[in-house]
Amino acid sequence: MLEKEVCYEATLDHDFLDEIYSLPGGKEIKRCIQCGTCTGSCPQACQMDHAPRKIFSLIRAGFRDEVLRSNTVWLCSSCYSCAVRCPKEIKITDVMYALKRLAIKEGKAKRGKKATILSRNFVGMVNKYGRNHETELMTRYILAAEPFNLFSFVPQGMKLFVNGRLPVMPHKIRNLDQLRKIMEKVEELGEI
Amino acid sequence: MKYTYYPGCSVKATANLYQESIDAIAPVIGIELEELDDWNCCGATAYMSVRELMSFAISARNLALAEKHHRDLVTPCSACYLVLNKTNHYFEEYPDMRKKLGQALEAGGLSYSGNIRVRHILDVIVNDIGMERISSLVKKRLDGLKVAPYYGCQIVRPEMGFDDPDDPQSMDVLIETLGAEAVKYSMKTKCCGASLMGTEEKMALKLCRELLMDAENNGAHCIITLCPLCQMNLDIYQSKVNSLFKTKFNIPVIYFSQLIGLALGIKSSELGMKRLGVKVSGEMKRIIEGA
Repeated sequence: MLEKEVCYEATLDHDFLDEIYSLPGGKEIKRCIQCGTCTGSCPQACQMDHAPRKIFSLIRAGFRDEVLRSNTVWLCSSCYSCAVRCPKEIKITDVMYALKRLAIKEGKAKRGKKATILSRNFVGMVNKYGRNHETELMTRYILAAEPFNLFSFVPQGMKLFVNGRLPVMPHKIRNLDQLRKIMEKVEELGEI
Repeated sequence: MKYTYYPGCSVKATANLYQESIDAIAPVIGIELEELDDWNCCGATAYMSVRELMSFAISARNLALAEKHHRDLVTPCSACYLVLNKTNHYFEEYPDMRKKLGQALEAGGLSYSGNIRVRHILDVIVNDIGMERISSLVKKRLDGLKVAPYYGCQIVRPEMGFDDPDDPQSMDVLIETLGAEAVKYSMKTKCCGASLMGTEEKMALKLCRELLMDAENNGAHCIITLCPLCQMNLDIYQSKVNSLFKTKFNIPVIYFSQLIGLALGIKSSELGMKRLGVKVSGEMKRIIEGA
């Protein structure tokens, strides 16, 4: 639900628009015709606070807080159904990624806490080994995100383990130095 | 035909059965896969949520390493396929990003000019090897086996272009070539929840239930897939779907490469079939053992 019933121009955040527009593919949001194809295509729309069509409308109207605090982006599984069907060719999934990053940056990712933990651990894995180590990722994630639910993960973990699908050792790349130099340069250049 | 091979992290771990079956069928159907030396993780969807340019940069390292070989880069994983392709497209599309990625690669002593074609192994098998050749190699036709072809999201979307984004046909044709029957499967490109299984489990399980239900309603003996995450969600989590929704699904979810292997007469044990969470049983077992 939207908290504001009546909204005044002055309370809206138009910087939000500029921020979104400056992202790669962000300007395309201007072309949205509110047709609702994205929402109709989204397998998760019925679970969202604001389905994709509405999110675009809210972004354009400057409802920064509502957009960044909603559960919408955290339920997006990147299936790209909306993006391929959008008649205006808006890169909707990319916008969802951008909103995730903004929400994390501004500390508004309450619903996305678990997704943030998962992503951060994933990034940690890649920085450490150059590759993802699924066993360690799952363990770290569960301990950080769901320590009290630990046992509910056991059956699935066991199923993978007994079928020889959970290797203990990580695969480390040889030239980790090279990868790290690339990453350091990105840090220096700054995100887009 | 020779290709540079990008396995991705999953096939080295939870999807090792996928790799086993690819190793078993590749020499028979005539593809040579040379693993990209010292490849790193593509970043999948998780990295993109936290850092965008960084995700493209680590992905670009793989493209730069592959470019030296002047061959197509082939991957069996839908997420890797999507991320590597996306990096390629954005490298082309956004000059600003191209410039930054170029600088980042340079810091690591690498360069990339944008000349690598990233392909999924299904595309290679269906379009380079072709159904005629596969058909001529079939030793045990899978007559009577009803198969639901599950493509998932990222193989045909967003803009890969080797099959239709809503109603792809590559695996349908493949199934028929192997002698089996491709059942009507309207959920073929719907999402399994992907990494939401970790963060929003109930919602992901609900998506999986719908996929399993459609396969069962259409009489499928098994589902075939081409993505490590789709396979894990539908296979390993099938029992969790059952306990949450009081259902009784017992549908093996195998890789399309395992199905090819079975029809080529390769032993189940060499195709990683014993590593499945939901084991092959009943009618399917009868067909693949008796055929």
